[in-house]
Formats: sequence, structure tokens, C-alpha cells
Amino acid sequence: MSFDGTVRAVVLFAVLVVAPLAGLQHWVVNLAVFVLMFAVMSSAWNLVGGFAGYPSLGHAAFFGIGAYTLGIISKHLTVTTGYEPFYWLPVIGLIGAAIGAPIAAVSMRTRADVFAIVTITLLFVVQTLAFNLRGITGGSQGLAFPIPPFDASWFELPYYYVLVGMLALVMAVTVAVMRSKVGLGLSAVRADEDKARGIGVPTGGLKVLAFSVSVGFTAMVGGVWGYYESFIYPQFAVDPLITIAIVLMTFLGGRATLWGPLLGAAILEGGQQYLAYELGGSQFYLIAYALVFLLIMLVLPRGIVPTVADRLRLRRRRRRQAAAAVAEPEPDRPLADPDPKVVAR
Amino acid sequence: MHALIQGLILGVLTGGVYALMASGQTLIFGIMKVVNLAQGAMVILSAYLAYQMFTSWGVDPFLAIPVVAAVMFAVGVAVELAFLRPLRRDDRAELSLLVTFAVALLIEGVMSVTWNTTERTIDTSYANASWTVLGYQVTVVRFWAFVLSLAVLGLLWLLLRRTRFGRAVRATVQNPESAELLGVETRRIRALGFGIGAATTAAAGAVYGLLYPFNSGSHYDLISRLLSIVVLGGMGSVGGAVIAALVVSTSTAVVATVSPIWSEMTFFVILILVLLVRPRGLFGAVGRGAV
Repeated sequence: MSFDGTVRAVVLFAVLVVAPLAGLQHWVVNLAVFVLMFAVMSSAWNLVGGFAGYPSLGHAAFFGIGAYTLGIISKHLTVTTGYEPFYWLPVIGLIGAAIGAPIAAVSMRTRADVFAIVTITLLFVVQTLAFNLRGITGGSQGLAFPIPPFDASWFELPYYYVLVGMLALVMAVTVAVMRSKVGLGLSAVRADEDKARGIGVPTGGLKVLAFSVSVGFTAMVGGVWGYYESFIYPQFAVDPLITIAIVLMTFLGGRATLWGPLLGAAILEGGQQYLAYELGGSQFYLIAYALVFLLIMLVLPRGIVPTVADRLRLRRRRRRQAAAAVAEPEPDRPLADPDPKVVAR
Repeated sequence: MHALIQGLILGVLTGGVYALMASGQTLIFGIMKVVNLAQGAMVILSAYLAYQMFTSWGVDPFLAIPVVAAVMFAVGVAVELAFLRPLRRDDRAELSLLVTFAVALLIEGVMSVTWNTTERTIDTSYANASWTVLGYQVTVVRFWAFVLSLAVLGLLWLLLRRTRFGRAVRATVQNPESAELLGVETRRIRALGFGIGAATTAAAGAVYGLLYPFNSGSHYDLISRLLSIVVLGGMGSVGGAVIAALVVSTSTAVVATVSPIWSEMTFFVILILVLLVRPRGLFGAVGRGAV
């Protein structure tokens, strides 16, 4: 990360940590909790969908797995309420990653679009499992979490801070990936997997690694969500709309960038809550959401961060040209269309 | 043994319907390299259109098919022109997944506004009728659905193999650049191909509405099954899709004779097993989306 980037990160997390202490209203903190959940999940999705170019549509399956695993652990290991369920989150992450690894090993034998199909199928299978394994998951009756003993005046804050911590962690992982050979390898996989393998990039291992880390984070967010909701049902824990929200946020912000997923989550989750509030549940709201979605795809197919970065670069170049060519003005050359497969940072 | 054979009969008859839905999907993939996640939503939309024509004017769902097919053809062409054509070529595969998913959500939204989310059934006089052949039950609707599917698949085959248009489509599938050099208007072929893929959902939707209760959210269930069939058969292979549909639905029906709840999982188990051995599906060509 550049100096600018470090400053940006420090400012962001300072604001995130301090803001709730200023006494925000409950609906604001509640909205922030959901924005953070999606920011963590989009950043995690970005590792496999953005850097490696494998567009998983099955991440909501791991969200559900995380939620159910924490619920089941709480129920059977008599985890007391309060902060204790949070201590189990790393375990949830590991379980999610452990389930993800073999699935990645099989499904990543296929390429981009078939991979997307296999993962979306996985999502429906996990949903069916959640409905059918009644003895463990409670089926359509739902699964109850222990009631958190937090005071109503600061009920959201523990979840909020846990999610801020997870966001810091996933962004740190993203930076580490971008600066390391892992990131380079993943970009090579996205650009041309056969050539990458030909020159000795361990593509198989990298893909499984990226997928496992990604779904591990997703499972952890699922756990936090389950505890926050305190009662979960299969159709909400394993929801295709969660998958698509994650993917869309990453696309809106910019794939394979550090800040894109965060930006996308803030804009879309905020907008979604607003649309749901203004237009009512799942009727016109779905139409409005789909139209916004289509508009983004058509207008900003590469996402906000890469597009803005290009504009800035173009302007800087123009200024330099103007300064250099005071005597002999050069005609504007259009900026060569950058290959979207090259990582935009 | 009796239950097993009964399951086989049911599976083969149902497989015909899935074969019809999946052939449209795989055709679209073959021509455009686009995975149409809205195919399930289009089937449900067709079912609603047939339902509406039946309840409002008493039109038999089977007779409604040509009208619904015309409407769906227009919808398909419109979707291609408005949303898929503008996509940049180099990331079309990825983006088209998201765009067609958005189209599915849009159709779902329109359907839940128009018909709300109550489950509907097309309740014709013959909906529950069945024949008994050698002691086995054959429901009338499933039988005619099977015959209809064969007829539509036959028409599709004739269109692709015996007409000038079909030759242009096959040329576009094999090599778009060369086809264009030889004077094939690949852009028009793409729009028409997407339209035809969408039009096949008219027959599938009418039959689906006769066989199962449906609401605006039913397409999620449908699309996962369709996609497994398409992947299993090999992306872009119409024949593969037909065989995969029969395999999947027969095994599902046979498992259902033992455990109805777990039969839903059968297709996924088969899919994983096939992908382990053969990532490109049963009849997929190398380099078509898979290794």
C-alpha cells in the first residue's frame, strides 16, 4: 500500500472506531452493521472472484454454513451468551475454509462460467440440506441462538466492533495478497491459466487457497449475522440474493482493487435499505434493484475505482502534456483502453 | 420392483420436459457463450402467461403455446438487444452471468407485482387424469408433455440441421469470425438465437404450469436444476442436454421411490461425480467453458 493508501486506511478505521461513541441513532448503527457485513464479504469474494477471476455464485452457501455452525455449536456446547459466541468465530472460519477446500478442488477443475454454475448449484444444495436435516438445523422451523444479554441502548455495538475488526483483517489479507507472489499468481490465473501453469505457477494450489480463505471469512460473517438476528431460517441464511449482492458490490466498486468492494458495499447496501424502505418489501423493490443492477453493468462494467483511477491518470497526463507542450500543443491522444485483466490498483 | 418401474416411467416422462427447457439454454450458450440465468424465470413467466390465458379466456394451455412462444421470442430478442449486446467482448462471459441474473430478478419482480406471490396452478379438466397401462400409472399431462417436448425438440433439430438459418447458427457456434467473413450476420443470428432459446420456454412453461404449482420465486429451484443438466450434458451440446435431462430426472424419480426428501440432492451428486471424472461434461467440446 502506498503512503496515500495507508493514510486513507488509518482515517477510515479511526472514523469507524470513534463514530459510534458520538451517540449515533440505532438505525444508523444497524445500517452500519449490515454495510460492514457486506463489505467484509465482498472483500473476501474479491480474493477469488476478483483476483483469480473465478466468479463464485455460491458464497451465500458458506454464509449459511457459518450461521448454522455457530448456532449449532451454541446449542450443543452450551456456549453461554454474551461475548462467548464471538470467540468461536475463528473456529467457524476454519470450518468454512475446511469445507471450502475440497469443494474448490473439484469445482475449480472447470472454468469461469461452468464454475459459476457449479457454485450456484452448491448454494441450492446447502439450502436443501438446511431444510432437510431437521434434527440438526430445525428445518423450516428455524434455529434459535442464545439471547444476547446486551443492553438495548448499545445492543448493536459488539457486533459492529467485531465486524470492524474483521474488515481490518480481510483488508490486510487483500493488501498482503496484492503485494505478494500469491496475488501475482492469481492475476496470472485470471489472465491465462494454461500459460501460467506452463511457466510453473502452482495454479491449483493458489485457487484452492484463495477460495478457502474467501469462504472462511464469509462463514465468519454468517456466524455474526446469525447471532445478530438470533433466529435463522434456511431461506434467509442461504439466500441467492446475498450471493448476488456480494458479487454486484465488488463489480460496482471494481474487481481486484482494495477499496472497490468496500465502496460498492457502502453504496449498494445503503441504497438497498433505502429502496426497501421507500418501495416496500420485495415487490417494486425487486424491480428497482434489478434495474440499478443492469444500469451498473452497462454504464460501469469495470467498476468505480478503476474508472476513476483512469480519469485521474488521464487528467494528470493531459496536465503534463500541456506543461511540456506550451510551444507546440500536441493533439489529445485518447487513453489506450487498459486491459481489464491487468490488475487495477 | 413395481415402484421402481413406476419411478422410471415418471422419470423419463418428466425428463422430456427438462430436456426441452435445457435445450433452449444450451442453444443460447452455444451461439452466444452466454449462460442464461434468466431461463428459469422465463419458464415461469411462460407458465404465468398460459395461466392467465386459461383463467381469462379459457384457452387450453397446450393451444396457448404458439402465442406464448411469440411473446417470449420478443422478450428474448429485446433482452439480447438491450442488455447483452452492449457488453464488451473480453469480459462478456463473466458479465453476462450477472446481467442475466439481473434480468431474472427483473422478471421475478414484474411477476410478483402482477400476480403477487400466491402459488398458482393451471387447473384444467384433465390435470389429474391418468391412464393405467399394465398396472402402471401414466398421467395424461405428463404423457402429452413428453410428446410435445419430442415434437419441439424435433422442430429445433430440423431448424438447426435443415435450414439456411440453422446452417448460419451452426457456423456462428463453430467460429464466429469465419462465419462473419463468409457473410453470416452473426449479430442478427445472436439476437434471433436468444429469441429462439427464450421461445422454447413457452412449451416448457405451459407444461410446468400444468404439472406443478408455481409462484414468482419458483425459478430459483428451476434454474439450479437446468444448469446442472446443461453442465452435465456439456455446455452447448443440445443432444447432451437431452440425455443429461433424462439421466437426471430418471435417477431423481428412482431415488424418490426410496426417499422423497433426498431425491432433490440426486442431481448434485451426479454432477459432482461427472465433473470429477470429466470436467467438460458428458458431451462437451474442449475449450467450451470447461477444461
